Amino acid sequence: MYSPQIILEAALNGLMTGAVYALIALGLTLIYGVLHIINFAHGALLTCAMFAVWIAWAWLGLDPYLVILPLVPLMFALGYGLQRFVIGPASHGDDGNILLVTLGLSIVLENVLLALFQSDTRTLDTDYSFQVVALGPLLLSYPRVIGLGVAVVVTGLLWLVLNRTDTGKAIRAVAKEKLGANLVGIDVPHVYAVTFGLGCACLAVAAGLLMPTFYVNPRIGGAFVLVAFTVVVLGGMGSLPGALLGGLFIGVVESLCGLLLGDSLGQIGIFLIFIAVLLVRPTGLFGAKA
Amino acid sequence: MTARDLIPIAVLTVLAALLPLVVTSSPVLNFLVFMLIVALGAQGWNILGGFGGQFSFGHAAFFGTGAYATAILQLRYGVNAWAGLVLATAAGAAVGWAIGFLSFRSGLRGSYFALVTLAFAEVFRILANAASFTGGAAGLLIKLDVHPANLQFADRAVFYWLVLALVAAVLLLTRWIQRSRFGAQLVAVRENEDAAKALGVDSLKVKLRAIALSGGVTALSGCLYAQYFLYIDANIAYGSWISVELLLAPIIGGVGTVFGPVVGALTLHGLGEVAKQFAGRIPGIDLIVFGTVLVLAVAFARGGILGLLERLRDRGRGMVARGAKEVSHAGR
Repeated sequence: MYSPQIILEAALNGLMTGAVYALIALGLTLIYGVLHIINFAHGALLTCAMFAVWIAWAWLGLDPYLVILPLVPLMFALGYGLQRFVIGPASHGDDGNILLVTLGLSIVLENVLLALFQSDTRTLDTDYSFQVVALGPLLLSYPRVIGLGVAVVVTGLLWLVLNRTDTGKAIRAVAKEKLGANLVGIDVPHVYAVTFGLGCACLAVAAGLLMPTFYVNPRIGGAFVLVAFTVVVLGGMGSLPGALLGGLFIGVVESLCGLLLGDSLGQIGIFLIFIAVLLVRPTGLFGAKA
Repeated sequence: MTARDLIPIAVLTVLAALLPLVVTSSPVLNFLVFMLIVALGAQGWNILGGFGGQFSFGHAAFFGTGAYATAILQLRYGVNAWAGLVLATAAGAAVGWAIGFLSFRSGLRGSYFALVTLAFAEVFRILANAASFTGGAAGLLIKLDVHPANLQFADRAVFYWLVLALVAAVLLLTRWIQRSRFGAQLVAVRENEDAAKALGVDSLKVKLRAIALSGGVTALSGCLYAQYFLYIDANIAYGSWISVELLLAPIIGGVGTVFGPVVGALTLHGLGEVAKQFAGRIPGIDLIVFGTVLVLAVAFARGGILGLLERLRDRGRGMVARGAKEVSHAGR
């Protein structure tokens, strides 16, 4: 049927696509782990970041990887502001409301982008978009190798922030016990906003890594957000290592399904896994027991 | 149900039925038909989401099933369109029951239930987009053959009356649910499932009944959509846009109320049209309005428009009562 080399190459490429999924899911799972909310606006925020990368390239001629550096604080600020001034106050602390507010936000963001940029699909090209790295007999796409490396580094950094800094300690405290954290003087709304900001900062990195090989249009976020939900659920809601491993796994599944079933059915494997995990073990493979 | 339950529904239906006699422009009628189809589907969402408290983010799964069921039955098996309408509704109820069985039995609630419904809708969309049985990416075209027996009418007003009659029927159904023992159990499950169970409510059975009803009603709206526009494809029938529409209308109008979905659908699409008039040809402007209204509704008007009106009325009554008190004090 297929030679082992093709399957191995597809699996490795999937692994590297999965790294970007992991980055997107990392933000989502962090927000879930601390705020216990499902952020439906995550996909739309990713689209915003991707447009930012595209604009920086098209208007200013900046390299997409370079744009990540200023975009990370920008997206952090955007996320911080959204949580502090929109999502937090509007939802009155009710889970169902948060779901709806973030859904509303995603609709607004997506369609503002649509109004500004129309529904055209945009790409950018760099010298390295189509470069390959030879690994023995296997040819791997250069931007994807970079993506994998950066995703692992960012996961590590995030872990360090959470485990080795005071802010991280505060975040973990709020995640565990909101009321107790408040009692010892932690500013909970601030921590919530910081967490949301960190989640959005992950999107800035993901956007920078995606753009050299991918395209952007105002609706693109939706495709990623469902995949990211799957990753988060699979890895266990709120678990960082779970998000990384889940992302890589999903990338491989998608790539292999695409190879075996054809492009149009490629994503079906993801959703079937998603449903199966939700039905059988909603706490995910790495999640704590509910 | 008492006469007080029936009169508002009857009056509003009659008033709405008179509209086509006054308005004859076809864009307006088109708008009204589309709005009513959305309202009907949203009524379906409201049975499960409003009364049962199970927020589905994937009601497209039922809408699309209704649309595809009638189209496939007519095109592939030569089934009559009216029979298709009934069978499509049944298909939606069956799909609803199946999804409910899988997810409620695993104890999925809240956000998890929202996610799993979203995933089901997405699986259906991908399958319908790929399988040749459903016409693949090209979609399905129901043959234009204008005849009442084919559920196709030369006059748009007739279709409007048909959809209106079904919306009214579901209003009655919803009112009945609200007054019935089943409805009380459903609300009990929404408010506190564990407490309801402790009181002997079979919560799984109640939720399954609700999702089957909900799926059936929403499938009916999908079927009408297919029948009115005579064309569907996977991104229309199973697209996330319809899941969002069906959830927005009850939330904006008044979640868990009888008239909420209709009021919400009318408000949203009315606002959307106004925005289009003002902003001209900016794409997505109506959706920007929808999203903003959603955030504002959640922030400032829990219970939607109807909830807001009720609160205003209560406040008004409170003022009247206070006023009366002051008068009586002054008189003393």
